[in-house]
Amino acid sequence: MNPPQADPSPVGVASDAKDGATGLPWVHTWNGVYAIVISSFVLWVLLLLALTLGYS
Amino acid sequence: MNGLDLVVLLGSLLSIAVYATWHTRRHRDLSHYLKGDENVGWLTIGISVAATQASAVTFISTPGQGYASGLDFVQNYFGMPLALVLIAAVFLPIYRRLNVYTAYEYLGQRFDAKTRLLGAALFLVQRGLGAGLTIYAPAIILSTVLGWRLDLTIILSGMVVIIYTVAGGSRAVHLTQKYQMSIIFGGMATAFVILLLKLPAHFGDALTIAGGFHKLNAVSFSLDPDRRYTFWTGVLGGFFLALSYFGTDQSQVQRYIGGSSLRAGRLGLLFNAVLKIPMQFLILLLGVMLFVFYQLDQPPLFFNQAAWTQAARHDASGKLQALEQDFNATCARKEDSIRQWLDAKHSGDHEAEAAARAQAQAALDRSDALRAQAKDFMDKNDPGVKSNDADYVFVRFILDHLPHGLIGLLMAAFFAAALQSKSAELSALGSTTTVDFYRHLLKREASDAHYVAASKWFTLLWGLVALAFALFANLTENLIQAVNIVGSVFYGVVLAMFLVAFFLKRIGGTAVFWSALAAQTLVLVMYHYLNISYLWYNFIGPAACILFSLIIQTAIGWNRQGADRG
Repeated sequence: MNPPQADPSPVGVASDAKDGATGLPWVHTWNGVYAIVISSFVLWVLLLLALTLGYS
Repeated sequence: MNGLDLVVLLGSLLSIAVYATWHTRRHRDLSHYLKGDENVGWLTIGISVAATQASAVTFISTPGQGYASGLDFVQNYFGMPLALVLIAAVFLPIYRRLNVYTAYEYLGQRFDAKTRLLGAALFLVQRGLGAGLTIYAPAIILSTVLGWRLDLTIILSGMVVIIYTVAGGSRAVHLTQKYQMSIIFGGMATAFVILLLKLPAHFGDALTIAGGFHKLNAVSFSLDPDRRYTFWTGVLGGFFLALSYFGTDQSQVQRYIGGSSLRAGRLGLLFNAVLKIPMQFLILLLGVMLFVFYQLDQPPLFFNQAAWTQAARHDASGKLQALEQDFNATCARKEDSIRQWLDAKHSGDHEAEAAARAQAQAALDRSDALRAQAKDFMDKNDPGVKSNDADYVFVRFILDHLPHGLIGLLMAAFFAAALQSKSAELSALGSTTTVDFYRHLLKREASDAHYVAASKWFTLLWGLVALAFALFANLTENLIQAVNIVGSVFYGVVLAMFLVAFFLKRIGGTAVFWSALAAQTLVLVMYHYLNISYLWYNFIGPAACILFSLIIQTAIGWNRQGADRG
């Protein structure tokens, strides 16, 4: 199997090299950003569940 | 609609056309035309991703879904945040590293030409069908507002979309979507506030009424496979549906691969991961509040006024008039029962509350039965009439209860949303046909100007195909569901090809190609013969394709996969 070959002059590579940082004030790693996104999802499910149980 | 509304509507549409034409009149090269400007930031990408998905169907049909079935449709989006995290972490860095124009170019680099063509072809089929469905949405608005025939409205609005899309490129899509979304959110928020102000009950009582009629059941952990929306179908099916749509559908991939940086693309996607569930919840809640409003304010027997007027005109037997009288009397009894129910609740009389609630429920069942009879009668007398009335609820409320000027603005916003969403879809169809078929198979060496011209011609062709599908499709589903059903039947297998490419490095092109064909056949056969929630196909398709890939690769030998590439 041949692995995917990178284009020798991709447009995005130069800027992507410095993309390790999120640039966000309170969350400096991408894993931290992902954790916040998933936490917000869990929070919404709990709120919707409370609405369901509260008015069923 | 009065003169002011028409001025606002036509003025907005004209502004959009001039704006798009002005900003897309020159294209430096193919990349500029297909990917847009290289310097767009994360917020523009995020809004563009949201705008491409949230077409006029979202804003017209979802309130109808909330009106008819309550909040349970929100579960459809439960898998989306997880899927967007995976795309941001895995898919996007690979697309950017390879600097591809379309997602399917990656399949060609990872596997072989035939697998790339199969992935692109499946995209063209399902997105071509989906494009037809979303042309249908603005046609509903104009047919209702102007009293035009639906088929004529489809042709006129479809031609506007096609002309605008062919003239514009990906740049225009990016540039205009953020302004369109601002108008749409502003219009939707205003409509919601006016609805709440016009509610003949306090918000707390409105929630009580909605809950009493089972419209606030947002989360269900039922394992019944016949139940369309549950937590499980949402998390599993919704995850795979979102992973397919945002990760492999060119209309979305095109939105975020051309950003200024990997960071901008990631933040744009994650912006949607956080935004989507509350946005869909609020749109569904708007529909639920419409339901409450029409329990306390006389609703029409049929919300699609154009179809109703036409049917009533040809009803020599007087059947519809009799049904309408019965319906109005039933609604009056229901309103009395609901008011007794609320009074009993406030006074703490639980016995009277239960009795009044039961009476209200009986009256609701009766009014629903009368609606069903009217629909059956209209279908029987004119099978061509589009009798899925839930899609017309929100539009009818706007026309009957919003002030002039705002009516025109909301109609313009719906129409503009449809244009922008359609523009992104048709642009992606044109791009994929040009890059993955025309340039790859027919004309490998040509100037950028030639490929830009070819892309415009293919966009025009797909626009006409979508228009034809919109004209001849006889929809029995709520619009938003119909769009998701088409996606669910085709997306899963395309997604599986990408999952194998990303995560099963030892499987080659031949195995995945034949597995994808077999899995797609299996899904189509199951959809035809089984009556399970369509969201399950987003799980069944990928699972079958991956399983078949492992079996076929084992059969042909794990050491041969490198030779598959060709």
